[in-house]
Amino acid sequence: MTFRSVILAASSVLAMSAGLATAKDSATFAMQLEPPHLDPTSAAAQAIDSVVYLNIFEGLTRFMGDGSIAPGLAESWEISDDGTVYTFQLHDGVTFHDGSSMDAEDVKFSLDRARAEDSTNAQKALFAGIESVEVIDPLTVKITLANPNGNFLFNLAWGDAVVVAPESIEDIKTNPIGTGAYTFSEWVQGDRIVLERNPDYWGEQPALAKATFKMISDPTAAFAAMMAEDVDAIANFPAPENLPQFEADPRFQVLYGSSEGETILSTNNKQPPFDDVRVRQAVAHAINREAIIDGAMFGLGTPIGTHFAPHHPAYVDLTGNSAHDPDKAKALLAEAGLPDGFETTLHLPPPSYARRGGEIVAAQLAEVGIKAEIINVEWAQWLETVFRGKNFGLTIVSHTEPMDIGIYARPEYYFQYDNPDFQSLIETLNVTTDPEKRTELLQKAQTIISEDYVNGFLFQLAWPTVANAKLQGLWVNAPTAATDLSAISWTD
Amino acid sequence: MLRYSLKRLFSLMISLAVASLVIFSVVEIAPGDPASYMLGVNAQPDTVAALRAELGLDVSRPERYLSWVAGMLQGDFGTSYTYRTPVAEMVKDRLWVSLPLALYALTLSTLIAFPAGIFAASRRGKTGDVVVMGSTQLGIAIPNFWFAMILVLIFAINLRWFSAGGFVGWENGIWAGLHSLTLPAIALALPQASILARVMRSSLLDILGEDFMRTARAKGLTRKQALWRHGLRNALIPVLTIIGLQFSFLLAGSIIIEQVFYLPGLGRLVFQAISARDLIVVESVVMLLVFAVIVVNFVVDLAYAVVDPRLRTRT
Amino acid sequence: MTRNLIIGAALSSLVVLAAVMSFVWTPFDYAALNIPDKLQPPNPTHWFGTDHFGRDMFSMIMVGSRTSIAVALVAVGIGMAAGVPLGLTAATRKGSWLDELIMRGNDLVFAFPSLVIAILITAVFGAGAINAIIAIGIFNIPVFARITRGAALSLWEREFILAARVSGKGAARISVEHILPNVANLLIVQGTIQFSLGILAEAGLSYVGLGAQPPTPSWGRMLADAQTMVSFAPHLALIPGSAIIVTVLGLNLMGDGLRDWLDPRLRVARS
Repeated sequence: MTFRSVILAASSVLAMSAGLATAKDSATFAMQLEPPHLDPTSAAAQAIDSVVYLNIFEGLTRFMGDGSIAPGLAESWEISDDGTVYTFQLHDGVTFHDGSSMDAEDVKFSLDRARAEDSTNAQKALFAGIESVEVIDPLTVKITLANPNGNFLFNLAWGDAVVVAPESIEDIKTNPIGTGAYTFSEWVQGDRIVLERNPDYWGEQPALAKATFKMISDPTAAFAAMMAEDVDAIANFPAPENLPQFEADPRFQVLYGSSEGETILSTNNKQPPFDDVRVRQAVAHAINREAIIDGAMFGLGTPIGTHFAPHHPAYVDLTGNSAHDPDKAKALLAEAGLPDGFETTLHLPPPSYARRGGEIVAAQLAEVGIKAEIINVEWAQWLETVFRGKNFGLTIVSHTEPMDIGIYARPEYYFQYDNPDFQSLIETLNVTTDPEKRTELLQKAQTIISEDYVNGFLFQLAWPTVANAKLQGLWVNAPTAATDLSAISWTD
Repeated sequence: MLRYSLKRLFSLMISLAVASLVIFSVVEIAPGDPASYMLGVNAQPDTVAALRAELGLDVSRPERYLSWVAGMLQGDFGTSYTYRTPVAEMVKDRLWVSLPLALYALTLSTLIAFPAGIFAASRRGKTGDVVVMGSTQLGIAIPNFWFAMILVLIFAINLRWFSAGGFVGWENGIWAGLHSLTLPAIALALPQASILARVMRSSLLDILGEDFMRTARAKGLTRKQALWRHGLRNALIPVLTIIGLQFSFLLAGSIIIEQVFYLPGLGRLVFQAISARDLIVVESVVMLLVFAVIVVNFVVDLAYAVVDPRLRTRT
Repeated sequence: MTRNLIIGAALSSLVVLAAVMSFVWTPFDYAALNIPDKLQPPNPTHWFGTDHFGRDMFSMIMVGSRTSIAVALVAVGIGMAAGVPLGLTAATRKGSWLDELIMRGNDLVFAFPSLVIAILITAVFGAGAINAIIAIGIFNIPVFARITRGAALSLWEREFILAARVSGKGAARISVEHILPNVANLLIVQGTIQFSLGILAEAGLSYVGLGAQPPTPSWGRMLADAQTMVSFAPHLALIPGSAIIVTVLGLNLMGDGLRDWLDPRLRVARS
């Protein structure tokens, strides 16, 4: 080793340590739920996507922070004139974290795995329209659909549609291997998951070298951890009542975004007396949304009058259909032959929007004579009793999947709304690709369910993010569950 | 002695068998299916069925019970449905938090209780005694989760001396580890210390009434000297018994405290597993806890029988 | 030490009084939401302030005492109703297979981690006061069985029992007529202690959301609801916390006082 190289080496070590001292290049993110495992293609848990989507795994297309769809592993694509054949051109030189190269075979494998007979993909419906996936050459994939699908590029952006390496499937749940800018480093179950920057990433190198996801389920603990600066950011902060304290503290910033979560008072449309539209309308008029948003969410949330996100361009404000009017509610009940009201159940899952909102809803219903017995349940029980068993009267839940108005066209779906007109409308929508026509159909759909009072439409769940004031690049909104680490950096 | 031991061993086996049956039945009738929990609201029925098959949930309950028991006999506690890791490994990881936490709390409680109990006993009936005993009454009456909330409010949020929770891991050094367990250990130790101080005091007072203590006093030792030289050692037996009981209680009983401080301990593992319907984890961890207590009782019984042969004829 | 008894009885009666009063009068309707008035600190209108829904905390504490007392009392009742007969039976057949069965059963229940099982039971059968009572009550059974058996065994050695046996009375009759009255004091003292433990257990269960369900107020759930708000509305945590502490403290002091007062042997030994 020459003298010169020693000097060089020494100065680069000095430069590195100096760099370490000034610029912070790691961050800790709090998560409320621990992912069950790390395979986004075989579970519904959003916690999985919050860690791995975009960071470890990427799909052909991807969500951007504003909800738009951008190219991911696919550099470009062509769509046939009839809208059924998609030809994707893949990025060259993409490798998986195990060093093997990502090519068209891997894309075919991933999509075929997701839509296979024995697949455990939680969003299998996303792939239902795919007829075949063909490898044209190592960087070209052709996907043929049975029918044109205006949502197809959107569907491929989901975390459930990411590209996985065939040889890694065996251990994917504990050792995820993808193509993303971060590699999986460690998982201390019950405590944290650590990701590290992938030096061989095909795209631009991100600013953060290390990201830690810390599992903090309890809202109080989340508040305390943030206040004590144990964590740098918490997306979807669980306790809106604490936000003013963070706003008042110069150490922190609060980002108010909107989520895709329509929070609704789901109603069992098949269970008497809710099979009578007048009773459902009575429930709608008995509810005071402002009081619920104020009392349960401390003012955070946008009232909705239908099952559609207010930030979407096609949204129609239909809250007037169900304005707070207890007298009208009583009159409607009398008209329906229930002048003295009736008894029903109100199942409430764990989140505070449901538990707190439920207490307020029950009190408001009691004012018009409807006695709703509150039954607090855990998610597992909710799925069993309410969702699968359909053994409920009312329940409060936030439907967080984006663009999910289509669930009203599924008569077997747990709130059991069966309207053939609405079903054919959605069928038409699914094969319509013209944007203007789609908007028109979406607005018609919103109006139908609002006027049918299918469910009590409460509010759009807000998406508040609390973060260290010096952290930048965080997503404000949540078009899908994700923590896009590559965009995040420290300001000094 | 051998006959007695065999008899006790036999009843130990029966107890374990009954316990396993009780645990399995209670857990299995819980409404909620782990597969549909994991797949969420958009899952199609065939997907849920595929996952159920993958998890081995599609076989009958008696078969599952037998394979669970057979597995445990060979030291295999099954694989978690949600985490897909062996339960034994998860328990091992969690014990690295729960065990030190229990020991830490116990140490704190002993360090508080011994001086307090001795002090109260030596000042029996005087103001000091009344103050200490009054404080212990208060210590027993304070719910530990409430105390934990107050501790976090004062020491983590306002003073920022401790982090609000979580566990840094022993790889960051023993002091960092202990530091992050301090607030939870204090919250757990308070009621335990109160109970222990009371036991310490009353057992010392009992000893003071014994003949050999009177003899010691008669020999010219002061009350305090007699207490130190002869009383303390004899008074320790009931105290140690309580400490033993508290330890096994702390191991699983810190469940709510682990929740408040989001510590990855054994209690929270069970709590999370119950809500995720990770049945195998619930079953195996509860079984392990029961097993530990039953075996400890068995050993203690045998030890007593060795010491005191009369016990062998009793049950 | 009758001072314990007096203080304890005073505190306990205060709580019982609040519970009884709540049936006929509370300052406000405990369930009435008044969201614009939320989170008021204690003031002349709302003596204990208002909660996050603007409900009157004083009224909620009063009605909540009902929940705590009812759950703990019934749980003690279950423990006594099942535990005492088991203990008496075991004592009459000392050393028999029945005694063995009862005592091993006791050990087995003791071996279960009570809090974990309570959480499991309420998770399985649903959260609610009834299931909380059962979960707490089950673990009271072996306590009473063991203490009854122990006391009864020593009584069986006593001469007045021998006399009763000679007069031809059966074991069951002796147990009820002679043993039970003599263990009653012990059971009252233990019952008070289990009662206070039951209050704490109920608070813990409702704190994790498994106790009485809304709109029925319960102290533990009030604490859970308050959690995220203690930093700007400390009264939300201090008031229900104090209610629990006062009740448990009162019962424990009363239990201690009763033991000293009812057990002449101890009184002589200690005086």
